[in-house]
Amino acid sequence: MNRRDFLQSAGLAGAASVLPLFGETNGVAWAQPAPATTKTGASAIDSPYRNLLILIELKGANDGLNTVVPYADPAYAKLRPRLALEPASLITLSEREALHPSLRPMHALWENKQLAIVQGLGYPSPNLSHFRSIEIWETASKSEEYLDAGWLARTFAQTPPPRAFAADGVVVGSNDMGPLSGLGTRTIALADTAQFLRTARLAQAGRDERNNALKHILAVESEIVHAASKLNTNYAFKTEFPKNAFAGQIRTAAQLVASNAGIATIRLTLGSFDTHANQLGTHANLLRDLAEGIAALKSALTELNRWDSTLIMTYAEFGRRPKENQSNGTDHGTANVHFMTGGKVNGGLYGQAPALTHLDGNGNLPFALDFRSMYSTIISQWWGQDASRVLNGKFAPLDLIKS
Amino acid sequence: MNTNNSSVIFKRWPACFALTLGVVLLPGFLLLPLAGMANSSDKLTADDARHLLNRSGFAASRQDIATFTGMSRQQAADKLVGESRTDAVTPPPKWINEPIVPASKYRDMSPEDREAERKLNAERAFDLREWWFREMLTTTSPLTEKMTLFWHNHFATSQQKVRHTSLMYQQHVLLRKYALGNFGALLHQVARDPAMLIYLDNANSRKEQPNENFAREVMELFTLGEGNYTEQDIKQMARAFTGWSIDRETGEFMFRRGMHDAGEKVIFGKKGYFEGSQALDLLLRRPETAQFITRKLWREFVSPTPDEKEVARLADIYRESGYNTAKLMQAMLVSDVFYAADNRASLIKSPVEFVLGTLKQFDIDTPNLRPFVLASALLGQNILSPPNVKGWPGGENWINSATLLGRKQFIDRLFKNEDRMEATMNALDEMAARSGTPPPPGQAQRQQRNVERAMAALKWNLDNWSKPFAQTGSGSDEKNGALGMSKLVLAVAPRRLPAGNNAADWARGLVADPAYQLK
Repeated sequence: MNRRDFLQSAGLAGAASVLPLFGETNGVAWAQPAPATTKTGASAIDSPYRNLLILIELKGANDGLNTVVPYADPAYAKLRPRLALEPASLITLSEREALHPSLRPMHALWENKQLAIVQGLGYPSPNLSHFRSIEIWETASKSEEYLDAGWLARTFAQTPPPRAFAADGVVVGSNDMGPLSGLGTRTIALADTAQFLRTARLAQAGRDERNNALKHILAVESEIVHAASKLNTNYAFKTEFPKNAFAGQIRTAAQLVASNAGIATIRLTLGSFDTHANQLGTHANLLRDLAEGIAALKSALTELNRWDSTLIMTYAEFGRRPKENQSNGTDHGTANVHFMTGGKVNGGLYGQAPALTHLDGNGNLPFALDFRSMYSTIISQWWGQDASRVLNGKFAPLDLIKS
Repeated sequence: MNTNNSSVIFKRWPACFALTLGVVLLPGFLLLPLAGMANSSDKLTADDARHLLNRSGFAASRQDIATFTGMSRQQAADKLVGESRTDAVTPPPKWINEPIVPASKYRDMSPEDREAERKLNAERAFDLREWWFREMLTTTSPLTEKMTLFWHNHFATSQQKVRHTSLMYQQHVLLRKYALGNFGALLHQVARDPAMLIYLDNANSRKEQPNENFAREVMELFTLGEGNYTEQDIKQMARAFTGWSIDRETGEFMFRRGMHDAGEKVIFGKKGYFEGSQALDLLLRRPETAQFITRKLWREFVSPTPDEKEVARLADIYRESGYNTAKLMQAMLVSDVFYAADNRASLIKSPVEFVLGTLKQFDIDTPNLRPFVLASALLGQNILSPPNVKGWPGGENWINSATLLGRKQFIDRLFKNEDRMEATMNALDEMAARSGTPPPPGQAQRQQRNVERAMAALKWNLDNWSKPFAQTGSGSDEKNGALGMSKLVLAVAPRRLPAGNNAADWARGLVADPAYQLK
């Protein structure tokens, strides 16, 4: 029986005002956390996580081949009699690669050498189930390995972001914590900051040392209260945000940054990219939302003077099959292309172009670069931390961050 | 472990003990010498009865608790197990016996027809979930439902992959039939269950290229647990299950001799011409299997941290009974550890327990449970669609900032005085928006209409429900007042006992308390 149990047994618990009289027990202060009303600027805090990471999940698996198009490869048009994009319509990047026309708003990033295109990302023994493969990506596990915590949760467990930060991570527009799940990561999920601040009043900070389940619930409540005390919607942007649903997430992300409350990671979700049927229109719209969103985010972050301390990365569970299906769509595939951008990004092409003539037995692409190299880049180059323990192995980082 | 009953009450309800007995300063540990005296013939107090009923079912009513109060532990467990069912009370959806769309026909369908077929199945999966919710809410044996949910989580299979909803129904019938039946028989049946054969890809497993998915999971997740077999065992066992497939036209189990590897295998160091059934028997012979299942049931019914000594004792009972699940549950539900003070309120309600429990506890009546199925899904538990073959991680994983605020919003809107129906609808909308996975066009409108209809038909009156508690008006009464209400609604004393004279406000205060998330 510890001291608190004794107090509870003696009928004294609940009388919160009594507790502080007893000071500390087992090194744990009992006093309720002081309401953190001071909106201390997080810019004053020195931490590697002053460098912000924004993840954009392309939920449902984006078709990489129609995003960064290998237009010069004759196999491309052959595999996609109906879905191959017209070369003349594309935004040419090199003699081999071109961007989908919907990505025009991101072209300036390429021109300014701030857009990195990482091709051929995947992992050995690919799994083609959405659920399982996103779990592999988000926990950075091997194909046959089940890990409980996300790769960012492990990163933050190794080197925690400052307690004064509003949160370790904020998940916008989803209530699945993805790479931030587990290990007590302080993650807040919200759709809209103003709405979060309204509903957060339902949470009460508190603690309980005896009942572990209650302890967990109260810790989550405290995180909500803590984040709500730091976030605000005061800043009025000059940037004009587009009007679609994803732009709502982009605006929320920009607002979170404008709160200057300290957040290491923000995760956004766009989808669904699971285009098994009639892909062309749906895909064009989604990529337009993505590109307009990223362009707006760049503008907003520049306005806040945070573009140089922000890294944006897209990810998804897998790519889509090179050969189109009978329904004018594409099925689940393997290797894929993703973007990294930000003020400190060395723009250009990384990884390897898709080997369209070397497909596996299922007609899927071989991967050229392990997806964990992206994470290794973020952990070691962006945050200056040791990546090998978090990733349970050595994955060479890409040289795409300007020092 | 301290199992003395008065001490149990004392630790959980310090204020009430103090007030009703007037013993303010007697510390709980002075009663410790009495520990160990409790045994299964002890009479259940109201708190014991509530604990038993809320762990083995959903949100017990005052009548239920009164029925069980005064019974011995053994009588109570016997009654629960004795009243268990092997089939559902609620009539199932009409389409369950419709034949599946055969693979040959599906191949020839136009993209539009395939999409329509996919949508029809997704819609039917909602019918099925709603039907199961109704059964959980109205059954005479909540323990049967808890066990069926347990097996659904154990033999996790998702409609999203299986697609044919009628096959999901068949599997469900099987899990329910064996809910408290023989685990060995259940394992054998599940291994040839068409939904499982599709879900873990065994339907395509052939001699030339054995699929190891089922062989791996049957050991890791269904019987032995990780670390009790080798990769070699997986490969060999996969061979034993080659040819266990389905008839693509009817969806029934089919043994395809031509695909089967009848050769000699070495499993767990034993050589033999093992077939699938014999491989399963090898698994059932291993003591780890009973321990693995017992440990998992412990986490569901007793506490998040299995007591290994007790697990070993219970697992022996299980194994010696030939995997009689009813026997194991009886032994678990009369044990001292089940009633131990430290294990009370130690578990977090699952979304289904939270949502359905709220409806049941407050007598909220609705002809349409679809919005509550949706609410539970948005809070993280979409039955018939577990996240993966491991099932829902459960426990503390149920609660993160999104799901906790989601739970609070659900309660907040449901218990608001004004604009109750409209508000609940908005809450569900907001949750849907936040979930980030908007349902496909058409389905959204249908869901919306469903929600509207259900909310319009929602019949409940918190004032009426609260009235019996207000009768004495005394805040210190065991059965009445805010304290009495909290002892019904919460598994542990609230952080703050609601004050004031309005009994409906007590209820609003109690459901907003963090303790409401516990069972």
